[in-house]
Amino acid sequence: MRVWKFGDNIDTDAIIPGRFLTIYDEKELAKHAFEGTRDDFAALVKDGDVIVACRNFGCGSSREHAPLALKGAGVRVILAKSFARIFFRNAINVGLLPLVSPDTDLMKDGSPIVVREREGKIVVGGREYSVEPVPEFMYHIVEAAGLVGYAKELKEAPVCTKSRR
Amino acid sequence: MGATITEKIFSSKCRREIRAGSVVMVPVDGAMIHDITGPLAIQKFYEMGGKQVFDRKRIIMLFDHQVPADSIEAAMNHVYMRKFAAEQDIHNYDVCEGVCHQIVMEKGHAAPGEIIVGADSHTCMYGAAGAFGTGIGSTDMGFVLKFGALYFRVPESIRAQVSGTFRHRVGAKDLILSIAADIGADGATYKAIEFAGPTIEALDMPGRMTCCNMAIEMGAKTGIIAPDDVTWEYMTKRRAGTRPFPLASDPDATYAEQRSYDVNRLEPQVATPHNVDQGVPVGTVAGTHIDQVFIGSCTNGRFEDFAEAAEVLGTRKFSANVRVIIIPSSREEYLKTLRAGLIERFVAAGALVGAPSCGPCMGGAFGLLAPGEVSLSTSNRNFRGRQGSTEAEVYLCSPATAAASAISGEITDPREV
Ligand code: SF4
Repeated sequence: MRVWKFGDNIDTDAIIPGRFLTIYDEKELAKHAFEGTRDDFAALVKDGDVIVACRNFGCGSSREHAPLALKGAGVRVILAKSFARIFFRNAINVGLLPLVSPDTDLMKDGSPIVVREREGKIVVGGREYSVEPVPEFMYHIVEAAGLVGYAKELKEAPVCTKSRR
Repeated sequence: MGATITEKIFSSKCRREIRAGSVVMVPVDGAMIHDITGPLAIQKFYEMGGKQVFDRKRIIMLFDHQVPADSIEAAMNHVYMRKFAAEQDIHNYDVCEGVCHQIVMEKGHAAPGEIIVGADSHTCMYGAAGAFGTGIGSTDMGFVLKFGALYFRVPESIRAQVSGTFRHRVGAKDLILSIAADIGADGATYKAIEFAGPTIEALDMPGRMTCCNMAIEMGAKTGIIAPDDVTWEYMTKRRAGTRPFPLASDPDATYAEQRSYDVNRLEPQVATPHNVDQGVPVGTVAGTHIDQVFIGSCTNGRFEDFAEAAEVLGTRKFSANVRVIIIPSSREEYLKTLRAGLIERFVAAGALVGAPSCGPCMGGAFGLLAPGEVSLSTSNRNFRGRQGSTEAEVYLCSPATAAASAISGEITDPREV
């Protein structure tokens, strides 16, 4: 499992260009992940590889094709200094784990990486870093393989007008 | 302690005081899906065990990104959505009305105080109507289609206070490009941007839409403007039974940040490749060769935008070396532009005028760029590869700057033609 290192403001057009948006199958989308931006990714990415980026990962459009393409490529965890809001939600909703770490500058492309998210730890190239804790409900969604699994169990939405919690 | 307009909207929905930072499950007033994100949302709705949508009247469905269908896959997506609309008895605007955000606004689907979600990032534009509009992904939308509600983290607000009077041929697009350059591409992540001040109050609805539309380019959850006479007049025409009510941030509301802008000396702005926050005064990039000019999109595809471009054009012709693509954002805007005689003038001047759609904005349909080509566009994004090849470049600007540049064949200050 290795690090795929990216910089600031990696946008959804870079993750999956607009011309592939008629595709919805994650494996098919994965073939075009980062096409034109980083062509070796789709060819070489392996199950369990981790994307490590800097600020504002996933900015731009609301296309869920972006996290789906990465999931289809076998990515399970994305580590960044910060995420764009819609991408962050979409990632969780499709069952990817977006983790926030201030130290991604120190992590190098190609380094071996182990993620122990429950302990809030990652090990990159032998060095240990801590990541910001993930809210518990996020795990529920990720573990239900996304929002779909969670929603299946629900009879009606627990809206704020009804519950006081 | 006072509340922001955003906190007030959430409080009124939940019938109790809600502050920024709270996470709440809120019923939504409307949900918009289009041909790119819709099929996946519908699929998720079914996967979640959905049988009947929460309220067929609150769902706004249309096709705009790939219309008329530009590939067999796009045509199949359209068929899939039409089937869903028929099965659920949802009104479908289909391919003939225009770009999603323009349709939501002009058909009166977003009103002050409402919460509208759209499976499209520029849903933040409905803040121009005093609504809380925000873009969501397809799975979230599947949840909304089924339950009519969604989890929100109520955002803190950044107040952008704008004063001063625009100079000749400087306007809302130049303002928002300069604000984006100031706040930065992620400067407003998770927050709402509230536009206020005398300059905003003096803006017409199209100008307000241009500003709110681009809030997402700073990472914001929404852009919003407190409703005033301009808003209510627009709403009254578009939704029967509209009754004005007061809705604005309290003077002592808490903001994450307050920023002031003065437009008295603002120059026409151009966002340079490949980020929206790389805006510079037009003079800095004047003389840059361009291959294509696009005037259109949900940001600047309204009659007022075309009038601005036509005023710059005068009786001249567009440069023979530039492909000028003009696309109104809706049927209504198209008709207004047509009746004012502007379409004829554009065509006579050498432009290609298309039917209402997203056009080259998303780089998925037509009007794509080859490697090495340069486009100047009135749309909202200039990411690498946004309008075609990743080796092409996209600059963003106002309709006036686009027209001036289309005449000369290079980026040109609209005050100098
Ligand atoms: S015009 Fe462009 S930004 Fe607007 S909805 Fe269409 S693709 Fe998105």
